[in-house]
Amino acid sequence: MARKLLLEHINVPGINTLDVYRQKGGYRAVEKALKTLTPDEVVEEVKKSGLRGRGGAGFPTGMKWSFLAKPEGVARYLVCNADESEPGTFKDRYLMTHIPHALIEGMIVSSYALGAKTSYIYVRGEMMPQIRILEKAIAEAKNAGFLGKNILGSGYDLELYVQPGGGAYICGEETALLESLEGKRGNPRIKPPFPAIAGLYGCPTVVNNVESIAAVVPIINDGGDEYMKIGIGRSTGTKLISASGNLVKPGVYEIELGLPVEEFIYSDEYCGGIANGKRLKATVAGGSSVPVLPANLTLKLANGEPRLMSYESLSEGGFATGTMLGSGGFIAFDEDQCIVRNTWNFSRFYHHESCGQCSPCREGTGWMEKVLHRLEHGHGKMSDIDLLVDVSKKIEGNTICPLGDAAAWPVASAIRHFRDEFEWHVREPLKSLQTNYGIAGYAEPIAKAEVKQEN
Amino acid sequence: MLKVEEQQPVEFSSALMAKCDEISSRYPEGKQKSALLPVLHEVQAELGWLSATAMDKVAAYLKIEPIEVYEVASFYSMYFLEPKGKYVLEVCRTGPCCLVGAEKLMEHMEKSLGVKEGEVTADGLFSWRGVECLAACGYGPVLQIGPEYTFYENLDNQKLDTLIEELRKK
Repeated sequence: MARKLLLEHINVPGINTLDVYRQKGGYRAVEKALKTLTPDEVVEEVKKSGLRGRGGAGFPTGMKWSFLAKPEGVARYLVCNADESEPGTFKDRYLMTHIPHALIEGMIVSSYALGAKTSYIYVRGEMMPQIRILEKAIAEAKNAGFLGKNILGSGYDLELYVQPGGGAYICGEETALLESLEGKRGNPRIKPPFPAIAGLYGCPTVVNNVESIAAVVPIINDGGDEYMKIGIGRSTGTKLISASGNLVKPGVYEIELGLPVEEFIYSDEYCGGIANGKRLKATVAGGSSVPVLPANLTLKLANGEPRLMSYESLSEGGFATGTMLGSGGFIAFDEDQCIVRNTWNFSRFYHHESCGQCSPCREGTGWMEKVLHRLEHGHGKMSDIDLLVDVSKKIEGNTICPLGDAAAWPVASAIRHFRDEFEWHVREPLKSLQTNYGIAGYAEPIAKAEVKQEN
Repeated sequence: MLKVEEQQPVEFSSALMAKCDEISSRYPEGKQKSALLPVLHEVQAELGWLSATAMDKVAAYLKIEPIEVYEVASFYSMYFLEPKGKYVLEVCRTGPCCLVGAEKLMEHMEKSLGVKEGEVTADGLFSWRGVECLAACGYGPVLQIGPEYTFYENLDNQKLDTLIEELRKK
């Protein structure tokens, strides 16, 4: 069995309460940090651990913390990004629902490390049940003296609040989140200045994902060196993977980074294979924004070696043959799924969620949705396929925030790897309305797979 | 669409006002505009939707301009700018849920309730709509019902009909 750092006690009855959480060793990290470590020593442990941001970008958390400006007399803030909205990702919901105190404890230790006296957990508004769970957990922690004035006699004060969003994917982007927390529309800010210099209310701010903050707890308990021993290369520690789509056992799994993708999909310890005895056609390995890969490139690198669940291995081969770990939202498509339809669905999502601030994204996402709609519904032209590539390239890299890239990549990668399926939709419009293209050569052993070059 | 000509007077209960005061206390002095999103959720939970009059009241309460409330309420998908059914059934329509039958479930919903997406049933009880990813992709198809945002997972047609029946009897 793989080591579990975050979900070890997930099945213990009552682990959502402070009492049971403490019986299982909870709040040791708060005691250790506040009583025996200086804030800088906590930052140092997190740096040593090699922990990388679990929200999607994978930026080293300790380094992000060390960028925080500390001008005299100016408040600093820690804001937890719990605006989990990336299609395919549902690990933060799981963690907050079942072990809310893991997040609360991580928030206390992290806030102490950064010198924040007030911290916010920004939870997407639709997660009202989780907001109630967190508010209850905060009340419990406050009652037990882990929050409020002079925590555990250390002289450190901290207030922690939960802030609901209003239903907007864009608020998962950290500067849009800060705008939203200030009571405004979620329009991303131009960077620089980065939040570490001017974030919430213009004050130095760190924004971290739920899972990153929860991971600080085992890092402080066992030391950054111990955490670094888990995983592979620069992908240290464990990662929560949200598995969805046509799998025997979809759900949230904690893996040690470096697990072979094949084992993750097919072993009984994890997803248990493809549902209904079907074959795997394609995957989206890290949430809807990352490139889609055919089955063969999911399981193996272009050189035939097994692909691993790690930041490096999943992106091996760049966008020509690779993808990204992203947020760990792993979506599996069986042989009966239509890539064109799914690409249209994702494009509709990005069009709906574009904040409208930058014209390439505001207009381009709409055009891609329209063109994909007509391809999927039997009205497509052969030239539409290149038109989509063209539009996606005009969005990519031309927007204030990464939503533009996130909208462009799924379309570009679908055409890169599944162009024959798109062409079939144009050639056989009636047939494509009644049946699907099927698995074709997408699961053929890698040696035979033709790697298409970007035009 | 935002209808600013709507002029029905609204009252906020004392419980709602108390809740708004508590929310406003979470932010530093002078930053009470931060309370806007949570306050709008509370107002919508009490009134069912956000009329222009209700939003003007929120603006006066937070000492900001009405436009600052309108622009926020119209940006975020959870705020209703027109009256809805008592129960708004929101089905996730994004990729992973569609791989496991969300589109068929929405077709069934339309038949079961007898109204199209966004419309209100004649008895005023139900509205429904497809919404984007609800972050429960492993348990799809999923559906939520405000203002509590009760969550239902692994749905099929039969479970949906049972749920609708239960809500009717409530």
